[in-house]
Amino acid sequence: MTDLSAQPGPALVSPAQSIYVTSPAMKRRNAAETRFRAYGLVAIALSLTMLALMLVTIFRDGTSSFFQARLGYPVELSEKVLDPKGNRNRDEMAKVTTVGYGKVLAAGLMAELERQKIDLGGLKPKEVAELISKDAAGSLRAMVLADPALIGSTIDASVFAAGRIDGYLKGRVTLESAKLDSNISPEQLHLADRMRAAGLLGSGWNWEFFTNPDASDQRPEAAGLGVALLGSLYLMILVAVMCVPVGVAASIYLEEFAPKNTLTDAIEVNVSNLAAVPSIVYGILGLSIFINVLGLPQSSSLVGALVISLMTLPTIIIATRASIRAVPPSIRDAALGVGASKMQTVFHHVLPLAMPGILTGTILGLAAGLGQSAPLLLIGMVAFVDNHPSVPVEGFLDPATALPVQIYTWVTRSDPAFVERSNGAIIVLLAFLVTMNLLAILLRRKFERRW
Amino acid sequence: MKDMRMESRVQSAVNKIEARKVQVYYGENHAIKDVDVNIPDKAVTAFIGPSGCGKSTFLRCLNRMNDTIPVCRVEGLIQLEGEDIYDKRVDPVQLRAKVGMVFQKPNPFPKSIYDNVAYGPRIHGLTRNKAELDEVVESCLKKAALWNEVKDRLHAPGTGLSGGQQQRLCIARAIATGPEVLLMDEPCSALDPIATAQVEELIDELRSAFSVVIVTHSMQQAARVSQHTAFFHLGHLVEYGETGQIFTNPQDPRTESYITGRIG
Repeated sequence: MTDLSAQPGPALVSPAQSIYVTSPAMKRRNAAETRFRAYGLVAIALSLTMLALMLVTIFRDGTSSFFQARLGYPVELSEKVLDPKGNRNRDEMAKVTTVGYGKVLAAGLMAELERQKIDLGGLKPKEVAELISKDAAGSLRAMVLADPALIGSTIDASVFAAGRIDGYLKGRVTLESAKLDSNISPEQLHLADRMRAAGLLGSGWNWEFFTNPDASDQRPEAAGLGVALLGSLYLMILVAVMCVPVGVAASIYLEEFAPKNTLTDAIEVNVSNLAAVPSIVYGILGLSIFINVLGLPQSSSLVGALVISLMTLPTIIIATRASIRAVPPSIRDAALGVGASKMQTVFHHVLPLAMPGILTGTILGLAAGLGQSAPLLLIGMVAFVDNHPSVPVEGFLDPATALPVQIYTWVTRSDPAFVERSNGAIIVLLAFLVTMNLLAILLRRKFERRW
Repeated sequence: MKDMRMESRVQSAVNKIEARKVQVYYGENHAIKDVDVNIPDKAVTAFIGPSGCGKSTFLRCLNRMNDTIPVCRVEGLIQLEGEDIYDKRVDPVQLRAKVGMVFQKPNPFPKSIYDNVAYGPRIHGLTRNKAELDEVVESCLKKAALWNEVKDRLHAPGTGLSGGQQQRLCIARAIATGPEVLLMDEPCSALDPIATAQVEELIDELRSAFSVVIVTHSMQQAARVSQHTAFFHLGHLVEYGETGQIFTNPQDPRTESYITGRIG
C-alpha cells in the first residue's frame, strides 16, 4: 500500500485542471458530434426535399385528371336514325352503329349552337362535331339500347368534350400548339371559348376516371381506372388469402418447431435470398409455369396474384419470424412450465404477442406487392382490357390489369392527355398505399401489448 | 439457528423424486456429473452452490424443461414416485402439470390475473364449469397469499402487479394445475427483501401440500426455508443432507469453504 504513491502510474494526457476549462480533446469530441448531427440533418432534409418534389410534381400534373371537360346540351333522339323500323326491337336497333349516334349528337349540338346564336367562326358542321368526344356516341348508344323508350324524346346529354378541348381548358393545349396540331384548329378553340361563355361547355368532377375501363389512343378523355382498380383489389384479396396463411404457418414452423440442422439453415438462407430476387424473374416463372404448364388464363388476376404471392411470401416470412423471435423466451417457459403443449404455447401466448409485428409486416408486404408492375407485364396484365372483370369467383379468371401496369401503359402512349392520367393514377395508387400503411399502424396500435 | 435445527428433525418418510447417476451434457460440455439425490415429499429441498455449478440445470431436468434445449442431453435415472420420467412413454407436457415450475424472473402472461391462474386448469381440462374454475382460482390465489391483494381486480392485467405480487401470481399459476412437486429456480432473486420474506413464508406453507425444490444463491434463504440442502460444485453434487447438518457441520471441505464464503 505504501508504494502506491511512490510508483507513478502512466502519465495522464491532461493534467489536473479546472472543470470550467474545456480540454482540447473534449472540444474535438464535441465538434465531431456537432458535425455528425449536421450530416444527419442534411440527410433528412435532402430526402424530405426529394419526397416533397416528387409529391408536388405528381399532384401538380395529376390532380387535373380528376376533372374533365363536358358538353351539356339537349339531344333529340331521332327515331328516324336510331330505330328506322320503329318497332323498338333491340336486335334491330343494334344494327345502328356509333356512326348513327354520332350524327344524332352532332345534329343536337349544331341545333343548340344555332338556337343560342353562337357564331361558328366559319367552321363546317363536321369540324364542330369534332369537339365532341369520340367516346360519346358509344356511351349514348349503350344508354339507348338499355332503355329503348328514350327514342323519340329529347334528353339533356352530358358528354365528354374531345381530349384537345379538355386539354385547352386545363391549359395543356394552346392556340399556338393548335396551329401545329392536325387534331384541332385555333378556330375550334375559339368556338370552344364561345361555347364555354354560353354555358354549353364546362369542367366537372370526373367519376368516370375511377370507373371507366381504359380507352384507345384516340379518346384519352374516356380512359379510366375502373379495370385497374378492380384488378388491383382482386390481386390484393387473392394475395392476402394465399400468402398470409402460408407465410405465417411457414414462419411458425421454422421458428418454433423445425429442428435446428443444416436443412433448416439452408431453407432460412434461401427464404432470405428469395426476397432479393428481381421481381421480373418471378414474372417469367409465372409465365412459364402458371400459364404455359398449368394453362391458367392469361392476364387474369389469379395468375397475377400467384406471381405476386411468390414475391411477397419471403417478405412476410421474414417479418413474421422476426416478430415471433422478439417474444421473450420467459413467456414460452411460463407456458411450458404449466404443462402447455408446444402448439398451445405458440397459439395462446407467442402468436398474440407477435401479432402486431406480423400484421405490420404482412400489410407492408402486401403494399409492396400492390406496387409491382414488372411481373404483371410478363403474364399479360398489360393488355388493353376493355371490359370490367366480373364479380368473384369467376372474376378472378377474367382479364384485368393493375394500377401500376395501367400507369405504365398510359405513360408509354404519345398523347399528353395520357401523361396527365398516369399522374392521376399515381395519386390513386399512393392513396391506396397510404391507406394500407395507416391500417398497418392502426392495427399495430390496437394489438400492441406490454409484458 | 436453534429453530432451524428443530425444523430439520422433521423427517419425511417417502422420497418423491429419486435421481441416480444423472449426467447432463450441453453439446460437448459435461454440465452435471453423477448426481444422486433423493427429494423427500412434503418438505423443502434447497440446491445451493456457486454460479454455473449446474443446480438450475439439474432442477430443469426434474420436469424435463431441458427438452426444449436441442443440444441438451440427459443420462441416468430420474424417478418420480418410482416411475422413470425419461421413459419413452412419458409425455413431458403431462409431466410438467405434475411437476410445476416457478422461474427466476416473474413471468406472468400478459393477460388478466384470473386468466393467468386459470390457464393451467383450462388447458388440462381440470374443471367442468366456470364456477369450479372460479373456485380453483380463488383457492390457488389464497394458497399463494395473494387473494386479499387482488380479489377486487381479478381482471386487471397480471403484468401490472408489483414484482413480489407477480412472483406469487406465478406460484399460484404453478399450483393451479395440481402439481405434486414444485420446482423454484431462484424465485426471490428479482425481489426486494419484503417480497422475499413473503415468498419465503409462502414456500414454508406450501411444504404441507407439495414437495418443494428451490434453487437459491442465498445461503440464508436455504437455511430459513429448507429441511434438506444439496450443495453443487462444478457439476458435482458435493454434499447432501439435512439443512442443519450442512450449515453447522459440513462433511466436505468444499462445502465448508462455500458456506463460510471462501469459494463461490
